Amino acid sequence: MFGKKRVAVVGAGLTLFRRNMKETGREMCYEAAKMALDQAGLTLKDMESVAYGSAPDAFDGIHMKGENMTDGSGAWRKPFSRVYVGGGTGVFTADAGWWHVASGLFDTCLVVAEEKMSSCYPHPAYAFTTIFDPIMDRPHGTTLIWIFSLEMHRYMHVHGVKKEQIALVSVKNKRNALDHPCAQLGAKITVEDVLNSEIMCWPVQRLDISPTSDGAAAIVLASEDVAKKITDNPVWIDGVGWCIDSTYWTNRDLYYPDYVECAARMAYKMAGIKNPPKEIDVAEPYDPFDYKELHHMEGLLLCKKGEAPKLTQEGVTQRDGDLPINPSGGLLGVGNPIAAAGLMKVCEIFWQLRGEAGKRQVPGDPRTGVAQAWGDLMQYGSVIVMRR
Amino acid sequence: MSEEVAIVGIGCTGFKSITPDISYKELMFEAATRAYQDAGNINPRKDVDAFVTCAEDYWEGHSIFDEFVPDQIGAALRHLFTVSSDGMIGLATAFMLIKTGEFNTVVVEAHSKVSDVTTFTGIVNFALDPIFNRPLGGHPHYMAGLEMTRFLHETENTREQCAQVVVKNRRNALSNPYAAHGAQLTVEDVLQSEPYFQPLNRLDISPVADGGIVMVLASEKAAKKLTDKPVWIRGIGWNSDTSWPESREWGRAMYTELAAQMAYKMAGIRNPKKDVCFAEIDDSFSYKELQHLEALKLCSNDEAGKLTEEGETEIYGDLPVNASGGIQGIGYAIEASGLHRVLETVLQLRGEAGKHQICDAKTGVAQIWRGVPTATGAVAVLSREVK
Repeated sequence: MFGKKRVAVVGAGLTLFRRNMKETGREMCYEAAKMALDQAGLTLKDMESVAYGSAPDAFDGIHMKGENMTDGSGAWRKPFSRVYVGGGTGVFTADAGWWHVASGLFDTCLVVAEEKMSSCYPHPAYAFTTIFDPIMDRPHGTTLIWIFSLEMHRYMHVHGVKKEQIALVSVKNKRNALDHPCAQLGAKITVEDVLNSEIMCWPVQRLDISPTSDGAAAIVLASEDVAKKITDNPVWIDGVGWCIDSTYWTNRDLYYPDYVECAARMAYKMAGIKNPPKEIDVAEPYDPFDYKELHHMEGLLLCKKGEAPKLTQEGVTQRDGDLPINPSGGLLGVGNPIAAAGLMKVCEIFWQLRGEAGKRQVPGDPRTGVAQAWGDLMQYGSVIVMRR
Repeated sequence: MSEEVAIVGIGCTGFKSITPDISYKELMFEAATRAYQDAGNINPRKDVDAFVTCAEDYWEGHSIFDEFVPDQIGAALRHLFTVSSDGMIGLATAFMLIKTGEFNTVVVEAHSKVSDVTTFTGIVNFALDPIFNRPLGGHPHYMAGLEMTRFLHETENTREQCAQVVVKNRRNALSNPYAAHGAQLTVEDVLQSEPYFQPLNRLDISPVADGGIVMVLASEKAAKKLTDKPVWIRGIGWNSDTSWPESREWGRAMYTELAAQMAYKMAGIRNPKKDVCFAEIDDSFSYKELQHLEALKLCSNDEAGKLTEEGETEIYGDLPVNASGGIQGIGYAIEASGLHRVLETVLQLRGEAGKHQICDAKTGVAQIWRGVPTATGAVAVLSREVK
């Protein structure tokens, strides 16, 4: 058995993902948590612990933001903790929920992830200028898009990948998102549209990037004993993994995310997965930029290094392909309220495995899914493996 | 499968009011090096299954502080993450990881480089609700003043007894080489120091300090291989009361009452007064030691001040409290404050506390509060005996 107690996801909830939501962070947490509890047929009284996730406090301008969010995320007079691993936070919050229950300390855990980026004026990109080393990096005026353009360049160079191949990811995910009721940027676009969009920092163009978003997501976790009483259809957390690489990103070869592979191997080992492409039916890798989906497919060992663009071109990663990737629409389509976007991926795997994904449902009765997020200075991988 | 969890290695840099000579990375490195050696000379790159680091962005002056942690504690390309909370909640997280049965050895790190913070008041202010509380202005520690007023009003504890806490703890700190703020003071000194946040005077408020702590936790099986002096985490609890100051019960530390309930239940402690030999608890404001003692049920309500006055909480008393010097004597080390309460408890249980060693320490309680304006706290019950 994996963990002292087997842990099931028994409910999931998601707010709209939008720019400039009127709701406060607390209100969004409440909405997502309420939805997840309603689906599980439970109330806040049944929740013994709360795990919360959110990315930089700089977006909201609130120090100790987790403390500020305790009420909204249902943690009044409960054991509450906030985990924080940059962009990897969303999927990692689900990992944190897992250990609350798997440890045997709690029978239930409410997992909430929230982000309110648009309150950061004039643009949340400014908050990201404070993630860099104050002596080595910040004086260059470094922005996020700069460093990702370096990474994208390196990936394209090593494997001889063309922009046209990468743009296909954006086209696919934005189209998938048309079927997602919470999506911010569902659209029918073409490769041409991506290639003709505004250049941000070559080779990154506007339509290669996910948007600024507000939103929240939540899931309800229960131990096996509790889960079996309330649902016939639990989805089990069978593997969790996380890994951080060195701070010194300038000293690493950016063409391949070793840390994602390390996190994936940790999760696969727990889940007993030996051959990921064969054993995994649906995947939600982190796609804040279109090339990242390809990068992460390779890091998750879903294909060989450099093979992801080819699979995308062949349609393997479409919703009806052999290995559906980001059937939700991902961050490119649904939106990217950072921590909430990661947990949205966990929600999507939950709905896909339960056959509740509606128009987004992948065919073939999927049994095993994986979600992954990525964060820090191109440095962090967090992974969760779920089974029906 | 349900293995017990032990603290098998501790490392601490000691605390100083300023540390201009070293960076936070060097503080972490030093603490980690000491902890790994103390835990049977483990190699973090091979022998540690997960790392927990505790930090808040605003204290550090970085967004996503996580990024800057792995290299100096041997966690590059390893399984590290941040808990944005006090080190004792990081300890609870490591405890849970080991309890899952999937992790044998977990490291917890917390540090303070608070002397680098040039705008301490401003940062604490940023923790207030931006709409309802922040616009009221003033130094946010006024909330502690209000709470102290309510606490003294609701209980029979007195202003002088609060001052006595400061006198005791800063004197205790003189025997602790880790402490930054040891001093010989009198109750008069405290009562006559400058008024800050009525009824708090300057000497009621703990001064700040820099320092780093790393701890190694292990499952029962792993612990036996690593050390012959394990200290067992018999129970742990943490809790958050409402984040709305307006809705709290100001006289009571609900977060500690509830966290203690959880920790005592886990440890099988029915009568804390009898089963707990000593305590290392949050005294970041003088009255907090008394409030927390009562919340921990280590004495009856209204009794904490009297016990302090009678010397029962001194190193030689029946219930030594903060023999280390507490936060008053060691210094307020932001997110490392809780982990340092645990560290001092471990030293006592090992019999390694030196000049401030208490007699016959078998079971101790460590407790922390996250400070103004939070209502979050944690409690741990530690023992030399596994069961």
